[in-house]
Amino acid sequence: MKKEDQLEEKNPIEDLLRMDRIPHIWCPGCGIGTVVTSFIEALKKSKLDLDKVVVVSGIGCTGRVAGYVKLDSFHTTHGRAVPFATGLKLANPELNVVVFSGDGDIAGIGGNHFIHAARRNMDITIICVNNFNYAMTGGQVAATTPLGANASTAPYGNFEFPFSLPYLADAAGATYIARWTALHLRRVTKSIQEALSRRGFSFIEVITPCVTLYARRNRLGDGLNLLKYYYDNSEIHHGADTRTLDISYQGKLVVGKFVDKEKPTFLDAMNEHLGKVLGDKYVLYGRINDDRD
Amino acid sequence: MKKVKADPKGVLTGSHYLDGDHSLAEGGLAAGCRFFAGYPITPSTETAERFSERIPTVGGVFIQMEDELGSIAALIGASWAGKKVMTVTSGPGFSLMMENIGLACMMETPIVIANVQRGGPSTGLPTLTGQQDMMQARWGSHGDYEIIALSPDSPQECFDLTIEAFNLAEMFRVPTFVMTDECIGHMHEKVVIPPAEEIELVERKWYTGPKEKYLPYKPDKDLVPFMIKAGDGYRFHTTGLTRDERGYPVINAECQDVCVRHLVDKINKNADKIIKLKEEEIDNAEIIVISYGITSRVAIKAVQKARKAGIKVGTLRLITVWPFPEKRIKELAKKIKAFVFPEINCGQVVLEVERCSWGQTQVIHVPHCGGWVHNPDDIFNAIKEAAK
Repeated sequence: MKKEDQLEEKNPIEDLLRMDRIPHIWCPGCGIGTVVTSFIEALKKSKLDLDKVVVVSGIGCTGRVAGYVKLDSFHTTHGRAVPFATGLKLANPELNVVVFSGDGDIAGIGGNHFIHAARRNMDITIICVNNFNYAMTGGQVAATTPLGANASTAPYGNFEFPFSLPYLADAAGATYIARWTALHLRRVTKSIQEALSRRGFSFIEVITPCVTLYARRNRLGDGLNLLKYYYDNSEIHHGADTRTLDISYQGKLVVGKFVDKEKPTFLDAMNEHLGKVLGDKYVLYGRINDDRD
Repeated sequence: MKKVKADPKGVLTGSHYLDGDHSLAEGGLAAGCRFFAGYPITPSTETAERFSERIPTVGGVFIQMEDELGSIAALIGASWAGKKVMTVTSGPGFSLMMENIGLACMMETPIVIANVQRGGPSTGLPTLTGQQDMMQARWGSHGDYEIIALSPDSPQECFDLTIEAFNLAEMFRVPTFVMTDECIGHMHEKVVIPPAEEIELVERKWYTGPKEKYLPYKPDKDLVPFMIKAGDGYRFHTTGLTRDERGYPVINAECQDVCVRHLVDKINKNADKIIKLKEEEIDNAEIIVISYGITSRVAIKAVQKARKAGIKVGTLRLITVWPFPEKRIKELAKKIKAFVFPEINCGQVVLEVERCSWGQTQVIHVPHCGGWVHNPDDIFNAIKEAAK
């Protein structure tokens, strides 16, 4: 057999993975890897210079993403991925900064940073993997755990009202907001691609199975059962009013692209405002030929 | 170590009448700081205010963050994107910063933090002085690490030592602190800012070798690894986890030993290059008054009075507090009758003097709980007592 005819066993996205760190730590049936695949496919389809794409993660299962992608990548502290990304972006506006982290990291401990980065319309993309619990530490109740669901620190069921993340992002000022599940692979890819091409604060929530903890504790079966749940209960509703996106325990999941609008980013607003007020004295900062324009 | 001249854009050359807070901002701008992330807190806010006013005409970014946790996170990100970065805070904000100061140590990231100290604990005395965060500056974040901390005694030194702090942070890839206090922060004095060409700055230790051979944490001869910045095509990784030379997490005792020992050695083994002291009339001294920051100015009066009373007193001012001048204190401890050490806390840096004295001399602490500086007579009485 000629060399070129031989089949090679190779992961099609391995050029953007740190293969020297594989196998990864995620459990069988986990949805995080699926989102990573979508992210890498979106990157490949985008026209971005990948040397300028930076991934920032916080702590938790999804926090490990930064360690597996072959890009400039930072595995930071719990909740602080968003302000870390803010620093990277503002210090070098040429960078395309992506925060890839979990619901606990972004909406729990990092919730304050999240809403303020959205308010400022910081030009970064947030991919938030929502598995309804703190998985890395053993399945504790989270800010996203649906009412009534069981968690290791809510052994009698959760009685705290959860966040609806797209609603939170919308209220805080995000300019691109989408929600999908791990079942909607191609749509996740497309949304990430869109988010990367937009200037401003983009937020994508991806609901994923946590088989080992959330599903097991709630007797919801394995990964396949959860994908079946997404399949049976997802309702695509682009442009849905973000006030209607609450998730109830094993209830309907409204998914889609809810917000896609334009607003000056932090740096745009800073340059415009200070330029106007200070005139020639102002030193324009970081206005670059943006390959997304 | 590559040295460069300051960028004239940031240097406000001339003779000024400034308080310490404003002087800190000018020091940062002169040192080439072009990214400031902070959160308002008394008595340090004026530094942030001045930076926000000055940076638009210099070229750079000021951002008021949502809290101090975010300020330090943003500084580390901005530093990895290639900027020189600083923030300013006081007690409660300093406590919030501790989390990511640990991350900056672990990621070996140059950042500069000024702390205009006030009385604590907790909300304490927002508008009144203290020197009670000295131990926190050293080890306030969890785990083992070493940092650099400087202590200015005047608005002029707020300027000078901020530049020095930037140089040290860049040289050693480590968070560097300018530990001033409310008194100096709000004290107006003459501050002379030299022409840009007279300000020497240390350039970050940029890596220039082949990309594929780059290792973010491989120590160089001076123990400091070379640095790169995000966006230059290295596709590197770094983490707050215990990591190897590649920046990859390795969770075991062997890697921890190499990683943590490196963080500690990098500063301690370079201590001689870092430490600056100001000694006066040490040679024939029987008593040496050790002090730092505002307290060293108060101590002068007590020292003069003691000299008039015929006591042989020398003074030693800690310009660098951390790393601690262990060698010098050990040397002096063998020769003198006593150290007298006033500081505006109940006994922090004095513990180091006691340790380094090893029982060879007396160490008399003159504590003060904060809110005001010492009464010079309290220091004088301690000197008199020591001379008996």
